[in-house]
Amino acid sequence: MEIAIGKIIEEEWAEPMGPTPYPSITTLREWDLKLLKKYKPLYMPYCDVCCLCTMGKCDLTRGKRGACGLDMSAQQSRIVLLACCIGASTHTGHARHLVEHLINKYGPDLPLDVGKSVGIEVEAPITRLVCGVRPRTLADLEDVLDYLETQITHLVASTHTGQEGSELDFESKAFHAGMIDHVGMEVADIAQISAFDLPKADPDAPLAEIGLGAVDVSKPVILVIGHNVPPAVEIIDYLDKNGLYDKVEVTGICCTAHDLTRYNPKAKIIGPISWQLRYIRSGIPDVIVVDEQCIRADVLVEAQRIETPVIASSEKNCLGLVNRTLDPVDEVVADLAARKAGGAVILDPAKVGEVASRVAFEVAPKRTKFKAIPDFAETIREAKKCTQCNECRRACPNNLPIPEAFGEAAAGRTSKLADLYEVCIGCGRCESACHNHIRIHSSIIRAAERKIKEEKYKVRVGRGAIQDVEIRNVGAPIVLGEIPGVIALVGCANYPNGGREVAEIADEFAKRRYIVVSSGCSAMSIAMHKNSEGKSLYEVYPGTFEAGGLVNVGSCVSNAHIAGAAIKIADIFAKRRLRANYEEIADYIHNRVGAVGLAWGAITQKAASIASGFWRLGVPVIVGPHGSKYRRMLLGRRDREEDWYVYDARTGGQVYTGPTPEHLFYVAETKEEAMVMMAKLCLRPNDTTKGRMIKLSNYIDMHRKFYGVMPDDLEQLVRREADIPITMKDEITKILEEKGWQERATPDPTLLPRMIGARKVK
Amino acid sequence: MINTEPWQTAEISCLTRAFPITEPEVVVAAIKRSERPIFVVGHEAVMVDLAGGKPIDYIIQMAESTGAQTVATAHIIGEFVKRGFSKAYWMSIVDVTNRLKDPEWKGLDGQGQYDLALLLGIQYYLGWVALSGLKHFAPHLKTVSLDRFHQPHATWSFPNITIEDWQQQLETIAVELKEK
Repeated sequence: MEIAIGKIIEEEWAEPMGPTPYPSITTLREWDLKLLKKYKPLYMPYCDVCCLCTMGKCDLTRGKRGACGLDMSAQQSRIVLLACCIGASTHTGHARHLVEHLINKYGPDLPLDVGKSVGIEVEAPITRLVCGVRPRTLADLEDVLDYLETQITHLVASTHTGQEGSELDFESKAFHAGMIDHVGMEVADIAQISAFDLPKADPDAPLAEIGLGAVDVSKPVILVIGHNVPPAVEIIDYLDKNGLYDKVEVTGICCTAHDLTRYNPKAKIIGPISWQLRYIRSGIPDVIVVDEQCIRADVLVEAQRIETPVIASSEKNCLGLVNRTLDPVDEVVADLAARKAGGAVILDPAKVGEVASRVAFEVAPKRTKFKAIPDFAETIREAKKCTQCNECRRACPNNLPIPEAFGEAAAGRTSKLADLYEVCIGCGRCESACHNHIRIHSSIIRAAERKIKEEKYKVRVGRGAIQDVEIRNVGAPIVLGEIPGVIALVGCANYPNGGREVAEIADEFAKRRYIVVSSGCSAMSIAMHKNSEGKSLYEVYPGTFEAGGLVNVGSCVSNAHIAGAAIKIADIFAKRRLRANYEEIADYIHNRVGAVGLAWGAITQKAASIASGFWRLGVPVIVGPHGSKYRRMLLGRRDREEDWYVYDARTGGQVYTGPTPEHLFYVAETKEEAMVMMAKLCLRPNDTTKGRMIKLSNYIDMHRKFYGVMPDDLEQLVRREADIPITMKDEITKILEEKGWQERATPDPTLLPRMIGARKVK
Repeated sequence: MINTEPWQTAEISCLTRAFPITEPEVVVAAIKRSERPIFVVGHEAVMVDLAGGKPIDYIIQMAESTGAQTVATAHIIGEFVKRGFSKAYWMSIVDVTNRLKDPEWKGLDGQGQYDLALLLGIQYYLGWVALSGLKHFAPHLKTVSLDRFHQPHATWSFPNITIEDWQQQLETIAVELKEK
């Protein structure tokens, strides 16, 4: 028995404890600084000031320091840390609420099972790696959550005035917040998979329907929005238990919808976060249940416009409603059905299940799908009020040509308004900006009515973890480079040109036999486009973690399985010790596992912390252009040769590897740029010649396809003649000769001096 | 009256704000004074139709007249090549921003850091933060926004202007650079 951090650590696990169990906020600082030396921050502030304390506002332009002594670089990194802390606390708070609920319902001893029947033995790779423990039951997860909450408290404290002063230390702490976030996500998802019997690493998880057109509007409709699924599960259970499920539609938006279909694939996903306004205003939902995260703050206002009651089911999001948790169900149902209140707080998921179901049946006949969308004639009348002042366009995140579309609509032609639907992110800022109170977003929805009715697609429900046997099958080809990479399409829906681009990216890489992994809103967007045969990509590509697979892991918290897969490659395939051995595993992943994340529509602080968890593992992340608003990139400099040396673990010598991977956090302006950079960021120092050849083939081919020219950095990426793609050999050889290229060695790469000649395997 | 509000309404105004380009000669003079100008051109340069072509066409004319080096960001390097301009380099907007702030950077041609960067065709909000990064961390550099929406973080920027006015301004700059 060993005592650590006040906890009894069980020793039936034969693997010895690694060097960094339950790391503090500085334990992994040296590792972070190694990454930050290679990938230095580029700060891109929104504005010139800091306004976080009363000594300010402080002008930080061009090297000035604020009253507290902080400069602009440190202030920007402090904001990054704050964003990551918000994200980490949100997932951890989600996990805490979920685990408490599940323990209450199923007991503390409920065994964790994310896929024992398919041979998963490493059930919690991130928790094992970070904490050095192997959770067996729900109760074990509470210990892990205690640790996470302590870390988040320290991290937030370090952003207080007069605490941390170095931008690199803020960055290191942001990495720590990201790592904590990943553990929190893992805790949440393995708990719900185990307790709710969600798909357990099932590549053939069922297909569910997605899209506004998939809803049977002749039935009462329940809408759930958010991320924490217990109230939605209780709705399904109540309906099932009372034989009512076939008489009602249960629909969802955002990650609660993912998890709902994992629980019952007959439920329907409406779409990503940005579908909230359009769906509510359509008048289809008869009752709305919100839990937590990414819910519009005006959901109650919007619901009242369509005379639909709202049930707030999370302590974190009470919407100003009266708490009716302890009131008799009959009374709450009667009050909501009679519209005596716009809604109620109900903090008991089982009670939410019964109230929401009964209210839906009572309200539906009265509402008759009352809409908040103008009819066609009203839309034209609204358009005629437009003065072309451009305020809507200036308020639009994507600068969409709204005035032009309204100009056409005023003349009775609504096709340009309908076109906006495809690229609108559904924020509604245009309406807030309009001096004439034109219902801009609603008019767009009316104009796009036909498109909306045709929104009916298939999505493979979130499968959860990656099987150990899948890792064994693909570990070697990934590490050797023969599978050109693992592409993770994750995150929210603030797309610069609509969700179609995410589907196009997924298709491009799946066709090229990369492993494509998806989650959250991106997983939905991938589903919401059909190929020429009328099929969604989930019907075209297998759900297996293999070359050419398209793997929907599930909701936001299921992102843990993507990081977990990278970690399991190091553990299961390479047999590196996992337990509390963070640096070595991250070093392995960074130098050998060609994985890249793309958050094309990243919006939230959670997206920041998820990305940050990948940065600490050494996995590059690309964001769409709106991701520039995170205000900081982590960029390599391929023109600085001295930045690209690693230790050769066999000899101890320092070896030039070329800029692989070139960046750790990167913003792409267009989808074409993103795709080319994704292919490039899959390169790793450890690639075999065959693997490097395959990766370069894809990189060069995409560069020529999307840029129209050859890349200009081949002399840095080709190490040996055998790396050169055979079909391009003459052309590339000529380029290399012109640049004076010389062959160089392929090392056994590591950033850790202690790994030289000292590799430990299980 | 010129409109020098940020084009996107929620973008916060700043303490150190761009000088509005009231006449195209301001840009011509800035380029002429510069020892090492560089054009940074984003994908929107090929998305807008102007009376005399696309914005990229004006940039090519300016680059040819001045010999200034040109960076094509995003995926549009091939658009330069298609137009017979083979001297553009590819670099992403964040990469070029990162290098422009480094006083030790030797430039695309190895001849040293630049003293004037002229940006066009980057999404407004992305250009906003890139220009802000340069304002704060590249004291050796002046910047010009050649887009038609006002960018307060630049050293000089057009006010918010119409497409027609924008086309005229770009054309005047291109013509005057050629003549001088």
